[in-house]
Amino acid sequence: MALPARWKDKIVPSDPSDEIMELQMGPSHPASHGTIKFNLKLDGERIVDCDVEVGFLHRGFEKMCEQGTWTQCFPYTDRLNYASPCINNVGFALAVERLLAIDTTERCKYVRLIMSEVARIADHLTCLGMAASEVGATTVAFYMLEAREFLYDLIESVTGARLTVTWCRVGGMTHDLPADFADRMKASFARLDQVLGDCDKLLSRNRVFIDRMAGVGKLAKEEAISYGLSGPLLRAAGVSYDVRKAHPYLVYDRMEFEVPTGDRGDNYDRYNVRFQEMYQSKRIIEQALAALPEGPVTITDPKVVLPEKEKVYNSIEGLMNHFKLIMEGIHVPAGEVYQAVEGANGELGFYIVSDGSGRPYRVRVRPPCFLGMGALNKMLIGRMIPDIITTFGMINMIGGECDR
Amino acid sequence: MLVEKIKARFGGEILSAQNERDEETFTIDRERAYDFFRALRDEPDFDFNFLTDLTAVDWLERKPRYDVVYQLNSLNLAHRIRVKIGVDGPEPWVPSVVGVWGAADWLERECFDMFGIVFKGHPDLRRILMYDSFEGHPLRKDYHYNKRQPIVPEIDPVVNPIRSSR
Repeated sequence: MALPARWKDKIVPSDPSDEIMELQMGPSHPASHGTIKFNLKLDGERIVDCDVEVGFLHRGFEKMCEQGTWTQCFPYTDRLNYASPCINNVGFALAVERLLAIDTTERCKYVRLIMSEVARIADHLTCLGMAASEVGATTVAFYMLEAREFLYDLIESVTGARLTVTWCRVGGMTHDLPADFADRMKASFARLDQVLGDCDKLLSRNRVFIDRMAGVGKLAKEEAISYGLSGPLLRAAGVSYDVRKAHPYLVYDRMEFEVPTGDRGDNYDRYNVRFQEMYQSKRIIEQALAALPEGPVTITDPKVVLPEKEKVYNSIEGLMNHFKLIMEGIHVPAGEVYQAVEGANGELGFYIVSDGSGRPYRVRVRPPCFLGMGALNKMLIGRMIPDIITTFGMINMIGGECDR
Repeated sequence: MLVEKIKARFGGEILSAQNERDEETFTIDRERAYDFFRALRDEPDFDFNFLTDLTAVDWLERKPRYDVVYQLNSLNLAHRIRVKIGVDGPEPWVPSVVGVWGAADWLERECFDMFGIVFKGHPDLRRILMYDSFEGHPLRKDYHYNKRQPIVPEIDPVVNPIRSSR
């Protein structure tokens, strides 16, 4: 556009081609589901530098865990990755049990495994649904959220809550599976299958979707390892590392399943890996349910597990036992342990230190998506602004887990 | 097997080694830490290509006061170890391992933010979870968990009730 004659000597138009523009995207941006800020340096629409700011949801998880008893940490762990709280519960319980050197019952292991896998499917559905809606496939998002509801119904039938389950305890769980769990699961899975089939047809070979995802957010194998990526992000880069296979916990070594991997390490591979993982999780659940042993889900060690209410109300021993466990907490011997589980986003590790009192001395969570966010800048430099949205979506940053 | 190899190779660097609940822990000195980690990553016997986690523990009354804790993992050989470096003083420091594992970049920033441990040689050591004007380091044991440092002044609804216009 030509400038009016009277402005000619007042305004010197700059050459836009060599100007670096700084743009702050977030912390509350409609296309980023999570509170996060990108400080971008742009050359036109190309990203020259991207400084990722996290921490907007920091609530002092690790500090607060040091204030209560071991059991009181469970509600906090729900709020780490709140899309799959069962896995966080299981991870923390396993860590404390290892420090206590106790073994849970067989049934407990199977039930924990089943619920972890249900949570994993729910988490992947959330991630993929949201990522799809951000590239315009709103239909898929609602299909997937609907499917997630079936799974939440399942989780609710077991734990009594949909999201903040607080369902594991040291030494067991609050609830066993309901009697009709197998039937409920069959019904849920039948509908889930339908939804997954539909979404597969809508997305996997969709030209718009592939154009937005393929080749975007690439990270080479060596870099992915160096940056500590795990879970679907690492597997999409071609590294077949899964905590369930490499360092089996619960009864994963008895299950037959595959670890899907990609080879390009881009967003489309990450989508594919997550999609395939849902089928594998289903496979695991079906096997586990077929092999589910009978028996109690909680051990009976009075130093660890609360007595039955009948004993608490009718005997002084029961009452004292209850009182001691609630007020002083479980006495975990001094020491430290690192226990990793395969979270929906990758290796979810609990490094816990006890000084022998009833309270944790230090609880450290290794948050998988925090490390994913650390590598985001490497994935984005040289790409365009719209690629931020898809890459961020595929990292599946969960504020509660990343910022703690 | 692995433990013997590490002990044979780094006899001088290792201050102590212990096995607790099937987990190997090595305590080393910070002066030669960088070369130690580099060798652990590069030598095919160890092949620790994955820095799982990096954090610290504050022991308050102990000397040295802090443990910087590294969880190492080998994706190819499927073994893990833990390495600790004890540090002390008003400004505790350890060498940065960003040159060894990229993951250390954010993990060291978090450890600096939460414990005030300085990682010498880190390219961009600044707070990550807390805001820049935050004072102190929240995960130190002498930082009270109820201490508040709001950026925007907090208004106590009991002391200053919000009056409706009616």
